[in-house]
Amino acid sequence: MRVGVITFPGSLDDRDAQRAVRIAGAEPVALWHGEHDLHGVDAIVLPGGFSYGDYLRCGAIAAHSPIMSEVIDAANAGMPVLGICNGFQMLAEAHLLDGGLIRNDHGNFICRDQRLQVENISTAWTNGFQQDQEITIPLKNGEGGFIADQETINRLEGEGQVVFRYVEVNPNGSLNDIAGVSNARGNVVGLMPHPEHAVEEGFGPDTRLAMRSGTDGLTFFTSAIASFVSA
Amino acid sequence: MPTIVVEVMPKAVLLDPQGKAVTGALHRLGKAQFSEVRIGKRFELTVDGPVDDALLAEVQTLADDMFSNSVIEDVVSITVLDDAHQDQA
Repeated sequence: MRVGVITFPGSLDDRDAQRAVRIAGAEPVALWHGEHDLHGVDAIVLPGGFSYGDYLRCGAIAAHSPIMSEVIDAANAGMPVLGICNGFQMLAEAHLLDGGLIRNDHGNFICRDQRLQVENISTAWTNGFQQDQEITIPLKNGEGGFIADQETINRLEGEGQVVFRYVEVNPNGSLNDIAGVSNARGNVVGLMPHPEHAVEEGFGPDTRLAMRSGTDGLTFFTSAIASFVSA
Repeated sequence: MPTIVVEVMPKAVLLDPQGKAVTGALHRLGKAQFSEVRIGKRFELTVDGPVDDALLAEVQTLADDMFSNSVIEDVVSITVLDDAHQDQA
Protein backbone atom coordinates (compact mmCIF):
# COMPACT_ATOMS: atom_id res chain seq x y z
CA MET A 1 0.00 0.00 0.00
CA ARG A 2 1.23 3.49 -0.90
CA VAL A 3 0.24 6.40 1.34
CA GLY A 4 0.78 9.93 0.08
CA VAL A 5 1.83 12.67 2.50
CA ILE A 6 1.34 16.13 1.07
CA THR A 7 3.86 18.82 1.90
CA PHE A 8 2.61 22.42 1.88
CA PRO A 9 4.67 25.56 2.48
CA GLY A 10 4.91 25.57 6.27
CA SER A 11 4.15 21.89 6.86
CA LEU A 12 6.15 20.60 9.83
CA ASP A 13 5.08 17.03 10.47
CA ASP A 14 5.16 15.69 6.94
CA ARG A 15 8.28 13.61 7.55
CA ASP A 16 6.90 12.35 10.86
CA ALA A 17 3.80 11.22 9.00
CA GLN A 18 5.95 9.49 6.37
CA ARG A 19 7.84 7.73 9.16
CA ALA A 20 4.57 6.62 10.78
CA VAL A 21 3.39 5.17 7.46
CA ARG A 22 6.68 3.30 7.09
CA ILE A 23 6.62 1.92 10.64
CA ALA A 24 3.03 0.78 10.10
CA GLY A 25 4.18 -1.25 7.11
CA ALA A 26 3.16 0.83 4.11
CA GLU A 27 5.16 2.85 1.61
CA PRO A 28 5.13 6.63 2.15
CA VAL A 29 5.00 8.80 -0.96
CA ALA A 30 5.96 12.46 -0.67
CA LEU A 31 3.47 14.64 -2.56
CA TRP A 32 3.82 18.34 -3.32
CA HIS A 33 1.03 20.89 -2.89
CA GLY A 34 1.76 22.63 -6.19
CA GLU A 35 1.17 19.59 -8.39
CA HIS A 36 -2.04 18.20 -9.81
CA ASP A 37 -0.83 14.64 -9.27
CA LEU A 38 -1.44 12.10 -6.49
CA HIS A 39 1.11 9.68 -8.03
CA GLY A 40 -1.33 6.79 -7.78
CA VAL A 41 -1.38 6.58 -3.97
CA ASP A 42 -3.98 4.52 -2.11
CA ALA A 43 -4.49 6.90 0.82
CA ILE A 44 -3.56 10.46 1.74
CA VAL A 45 -2.32 12.18 4.90
CA LEU A 46 -2.54 15.96 5.25
CA PRO A 47 0.12 16.65 7.90
CA GLY A 48 0.37 19.13 10.74
CA GLY A 49 2.24 22.38 10.71
CA PHE A 50 1.52 26.01 9.93
CA SER A 51 0.84 26.13 6.20
CA TYR A 52 1.20 29.66 4.88
CA GLY A 53 1.96 30.82 8.41
CA ASP A 54 -1.70 30.34 9.37
CA TYR A 55 -2.42 33.49 7.32
CA LEU A 56 -6.07 34.27 6.49
CA ARG A 57 -7.33 31.30 8.56
CA CYS A 58 -5.50 28.12 9.55
CA GLY A 59 -5.46 25.81 6.54
CA ALA A 60 -7.46 28.19 4.36
CA ILE A 61 -4.83 29.02 1.76
CA ALA A 62 -3.58 25.42 1.63
CA ALA A 63 -7.17 24.28 1.04
CA HIS A 64 -7.01 26.18 -2.26
CA SER A 65 -3.72 24.53 -3.33
CA PRO A 66 -3.53 22.92 -6.78
CA ILE A 67 -3.32 19.36 -5.38
CA MET A 68 -6.44 19.85 -3.24
CA SER A 69 -8.71 19.52 -6.27
CA GLU A 70 -7.33 15.98 -6.72
CA VAL A 71 -7.60 15.33 -2.98
CA ILE A 72 -11.26 16.42 -2.98
CA ASP A 73 -12.05 14.19 -5.96
CA ALA A 74 -10.25 11.22 -4.38
CA ALA A 75 -11.96 11.76 -1.02
CA ASN A 76 -15.36 11.92 -2.69
CA ALA A 77 -14.50 8.68 -4.50
CA GLY A 78 -13.82 6.96 -1.16
CA MET A 79 -10.05 7.14 -0.77
CA PRO A 80 -8.93 7.20 2.91
CA VAL A 81 -7.83 10.73 3.83
CA LEU A 82 -6.46 11.67 7.26
CA GLY A 83 -6.01 15.29 8.30
CA ILE A 84 -3.87 15.89 11.37
CA CYS A 85 -4.00 19.27 13.13
CA ASN A 86 -3.31 21.74 10.31
CA GLY A 87 -4.45 18.97 7.95
CA PHE A 88 -7.75 18.80 9.86
CA GLN A 89 -8.08 22.57 9.45
CA MET A 90 -7.50 22.16 5.69
CA LEU A 91 -10.19 19.45 5.44
CA ALA A 92 -12.65 21.73 7.24
CA GLU A 93 -11.73 24.65 4.99
CA ALA A 94 -12.12 22.42 1.92
CA HIS A 95 -15.59 21.39 3.20
CA LEU A 96 -14.60 17.72 3.25
CA LEU A 97 -15.41 17.75 6.96
CA ASP A 98 -18.04 19.69 8.87
CA GLY A 99 -17.30 22.39 11.39
CA GLY A 100 -14.44 24.79 11.83
CA LEU A 101 -11.42 25.32 14.08
CA ILE A 102 -10.93 28.57 15.97
CA ARG A 103 -8.39 29.92 18.43
CA ASN A 104 -8.24 28.01 21.72
CA ASP A 105 -10.74 29.51 24.17
CA HIS A 106 -7.99 30.26 26.71
CA GLY A 107 -5.92 32.06 24.08
CA ASN A 108 -2.74 30.04 24.62
CA PHE A 109 -0.88 27.52 22.50
CA ILE A 110 -1.10 24.14 24.22
CA CYS A 111 1.20 21.12 24.03
CA ARG A 112 0.40 18.02 26.06
CA ASP A 113 -0.02 14.28 25.92
CA GLN A 114 -3.78 14.06 25.45
CA ARG A 115 -6.15 11.27 26.35
CA LEU A 116 -8.86 10.56 23.81
CA GLN A 117 -11.75 8.18 23.54
CA VAL A 118 -12.20 6.49 20.17
CA GLU A 119 -15.94 6.57 19.58
CA ASN A 120 -16.22 5.36 16.00
CA ILE A 121 -14.19 2.32 14.98
CA SER A 122 -15.78 1.87 11.55
CA THR A 123 -13.71 4.56 9.79
CA ALA A 124 -10.79 3.82 7.48
CA TRP A 125 -8.39 5.20 10.12
CA THR A 126 -9.84 3.68 13.33
CA ASN A 127 -10.97 0.14 12.46
CA GLY A 128 -8.09 -1.35 14.48
CA PHE A 129 -9.26 0.20 17.75
CA GLN A 130 -11.82 -1.22 20.18
CA GLN A 131 -15.06 0.67 20.68
CA ASP A 132 -14.55 3.49 23.23
CA GLN A 133 -10.88 2.60 23.63
CA GLU A 134 -8.90 5.28 25.45
CA ILE A 135 -5.65 6.33 23.80
CA THR A 136 -2.97 8.91 24.52
CA ILE A 137 -1.26 10.88 21.77
CA PRO A 138 0.39 14.31 21.67
CA LEU A 139 -1.63 17.47 21.09
CA LYS A 140 -0.08 20.80 20.09
CA ASN A 141 -2.11 23.65 18.71
CA GLY A 142 -3.13 27.25 19.12
CA GLU A 143 -6.31 27.08 17.09
CA GLY A 144 -7.92 23.75 17.86
CA GLY A 145 -11.33 24.79 19.13
CA PHE A 146 -13.86 22.73 17.15
CA ILE A 147 -17.10 24.57 16.50
CA ALA A 148 -20.19 24.11 14.36
CA ASP A 149 -23.78 25.22 14.56
CA GLN A 150 -26.09 23.21 16.80
CA GLU A 151 -27.77 21.44 13.89
CA THR A 152 -24.39 20.23 12.60
CA ILE A 153 -23.28 19.15 16.08
CA ASN A 154 -26.51 17.19 16.51
CA ARG A 155 -26.02 15.48 13.15
CA LEU A 156 -22.36 14.61 13.83
CA GLU A 157 -23.32 13.18 17.22
CA GLY A 158 -26.36 11.36 15.86
CA GLU A 159 -24.60 9.82 12.88
CA GLY A 160 -21.54 8.67 14.83
CA GLN A 161 -19.27 11.10 13.03
CA VAL A 162 -17.62 12.18 16.27
CA VAL A 163 -14.65 9.84 16.02
CA PHE A 164 -12.50 11.13 18.90
CA ARG A 165 -13.47 12.91 22.09
CA TYR A 166 -11.15 14.56 24.62
CA VAL A 167 -11.03 12.75 27.96
CA GLU A 168 -10.43 14.49 31.34
CA VAL A 169 -9.21 17.76 29.83
CA ASN A 170 -10.81 19.77 27.04
CA PRO A 171 -7.62 21.52 25.92
CA ASN A 172 -9.08 24.16 23.60
CA GLY A 173 -12.77 24.75 24.21
CA SER A 174 -14.01 22.37 21.51
CA LEU A 175 -17.78 21.93 21.57
CA ASN A 176 -18.88 18.63 23.14
CA ASP A 177 -15.17 17.86 23.75
CA ILE A 178 -14.89 16.90 20.08
CA ALA A 179 -11.29 16.11 19.10
CA GLY A 180 -11.90 14.61 15.66
CA VAL A 181 -14.68 13.91 13.17
CA SER A 182 -15.28 11.96 9.98
CA ASN A 183 -17.35 12.48 6.87
CA ALA A 184 -20.55 10.47 6.51
CA ARG A 185 -18.78 7.74 4.56
CA GLY A 186 -15.99 7.35 7.13
CA ASN A 187 -13.10 7.54 4.69
CA VAL A 188 -12.17 11.13 5.59
CA VAL A 189 -11.08 11.69 9.19
CA GLY A 190 -9.61 14.79 10.82
CA LEU A 191 -8.38 15.41 14.34
CA MET A 192 -6.31 18.00 16.18
CA PRO A 193 -4.02 15.60 18.16
CA HIS A 194 -1.06 13.95 16.46
CA PRO A 195 -1.07 10.15 16.04
CA GLU A 196 2.12 10.28 13.96
CA HIS A 197 4.09 11.29 17.07
CA ALA A 198 3.11 8.10 18.93
CA VAL A 199 4.19 5.26 16.67
CA GLU A 200 7.52 4.07 18.04
CA GLU A 201 8.67 3.16 21.54
CA GLY A 202 11.22 5.63 22.82
CA PHE A 203 9.66 8.54 20.93
CA GLY A 204 6.03 8.61 22.08
CA PRO A 205 4.10 9.81 25.12
CA ASP A 206 4.90 8.39 28.55
CA THR A 207 2.90 5.38 29.67
CA ARG A 208 2.56 3.64 33.02
CA LEU A 209 5.05 1.07 31.75
CA ALA A 210 7.90 3.29 30.62
CA MET A 211 8.84 6.78 29.55
CA ARG A 212 7.99 7.67 25.94
CA SER A 213 6.74 4.18 25.22
CA GLY A 214 3.29 5.16 23.92
CA THR A 215 2.44 3.92 20.44
CA ASP A 216 -1.33 4.44 20.35
CA GLY A 217 -1.01 6.45 17.13
CA LEU A 218 0.26 3.49 15.14
CA THR A 219 -3.23 1.98 14.94
CA PHE A 220 -4.42 4.91 12.77
CA PHE A 221 -2.00 3.84 10.06
CA THR A 222 -2.36 0.09 10.45
CA SER A 223 -6.14 0.62 10.27
CA ALA A 224 -5.78 2.32 6.89
CA ILE A 225 -3.62 -0.57 5.68
CA ALA A 226 -6.20 -3.08 6.93
CA SER A 227 -9.05 -1.28 5.18
CA PHE A 228 -6.98 -1.20 1.98
CA VAL A 229 -6.17 -4.92 2.15
CA SER A 230 -9.79 -5.85 2.79
CA ALA A 231 -11.11 -3.58 0.02
CA MET B 1 -7.50 52.98 -9.10
CA PRO B 2 -10.63 51.81 -7.33
CA THR B 3 -10.36 49.76 -4.18
CA ILE B 4 -12.90 47.22 -3.05
CA VAL B 5 -13.11 46.73 0.69
CA VAL B 6 -14.39 43.47 2.14
CA GLU B 7 -15.04 43.25 5.86
CA VAL B 8 -15.38 39.93 7.68
CA MET B 9 -16.35 39.37 11.32
CA PRO B 10 -16.45 36.28 13.50
CA LYS B 11 -20.02 35.10 13.91
CA ALA B 12 -21.78 36.91 16.73
CA VAL B 13 -22.80 33.69 18.45
CA LEU B 14 -19.23 32.40 18.61
CA LEU B 15 -16.52 33.11 21.09
CA ASP B 16 -13.98 35.61 19.71
CA PRO B 17 -10.88 34.84 21.81
CA GLN B 18 -8.93 37.79 20.36
CA GLY B 19 -11.71 40.22 21.15
CA LYS B 20 -12.12 38.71 24.59
CA ALA B 21 -8.41 39.23 25.32
CA VAL B 22 -8.59 42.89 24.22
CA THR B 23 -11.78 43.40 26.27
CA GLY B 24 -9.90 42.10 29.29
CA ALA B 25 -6.98 44.47 28.61
CA LEU B 26 -9.34 47.46 28.33
CA HIS B 27 -10.95 46.58 31.60
CA ARG B 28 -7.55 46.30 33.28
CA LEU B 29 -6.88 49.85 31.99
CA GLY B 30 -10.03 51.03 33.67
CA LYS B 31 -12.02 51.39 30.44
CA ALA B 32 -15.00 49.50 31.75
CA GLN B 33 -17.42 51.50 29.59
CA PHE B 34 -16.51 49.18 26.69
CA SER B 35 -18.36 46.02 27.55
CA GLU B 36 -17.16 44.02 24.55
CA VAL B 37 -14.61 44.14 21.72
CA ARG B 38 -14.90 41.96 18.65
CA ILE B 39 -12.10 41.77 16.10
CA GLY B 40 -12.61 41.10 12.41
CA LYS B 41 -10.73 41.44 9.17
CA ARG B 42 -10.63 44.06 6.43
CA PHE B 43 -9.48 43.14 2.91
CA GLU B 44 -8.57 45.92 0.47
CA LEU B 45 -8.55 44.78 -3.15
CA THR B 46 -6.96 47.19 -5.60
CA VAL B 47 -8.54 46.83 -9.02
CA ASP B 48 -6.92 47.44 -12.39
CA GLY B 49 -9.79 48.79 -14.45
CA PRO B 50 -13.42 49.59 -13.90
CA VAL B 51 -15.60 48.11 -11.19
CA ASP B 52 -18.76 46.70 -12.70
CA ASP B 53 -21.50 44.40 -11.50
CA ALA B 54 -19.72 41.32 -12.82
CA LEU B 55 -16.57 42.18 -10.87
CA LEU B 56 -18.57 42.87 -7.71
CA ALA B 57 -20.31 39.53 -8.13
CA GLU B 58 -16.88 37.89 -8.37
CA VAL B 59 -15.74 39.68 -5.22
CA GLN B 60 -18.89 38.50 -3.44
CA THR B 61 -18.05 34.91 -4.43
CA LEU B 62 -14.45 35.31 -3.28
CA ALA B 63 -15.60 36.90 -0.03
CA ASP B 64 -17.91 33.97 0.64
CA ASP B 65 -15.55 31.19 -0.48
CA MET B 66 -12.07 32.39 0.43
CA PHE B 67 -11.90 35.58 2.50
CA SER B 68 -14.38 34.12 4.98
CA ASN B 69 -15.40 30.70 6.27
CA SER B 70 -19.16 30.69 6.66
CA VAL B 71 -18.91 28.17 9.50
CA ILE B 72 -17.16 30.68 11.73
CA GLU B 73 -17.44 34.10 10.04
CA ASP B 74 -19.81 36.47 8.27
CA VAL B 75 -19.07 38.86 5.40
CA VAL B 76 -20.49 42.08 6.82
CA SER B 77 -19.80 44.50 3.97
CA ILE B 78 -18.39 44.90 0.48
CA THR B 79 -17.67 48.53 -0.40
CA VAL B 80 -16.08 50.28 -3.38
CA LEU B 81 -13.75 53.16 -2.52
CA ASP B 82 -13.33 55.45 -5.52
CA ASP B 83 -14.20 59.05 -6.37
CA ALA B 84 -16.73 57.83 -8.90
CA HIS B 85 -18.01 54.86 -6.93
CA GLN B 86 -18.73 55.95 -3.38
CA ASP B 87 -20.09 53.22 -1.18
CA GLN B 88 -21.38 50.88 -3.79
CA ALA B 89 -22.04 47.43 -2.48
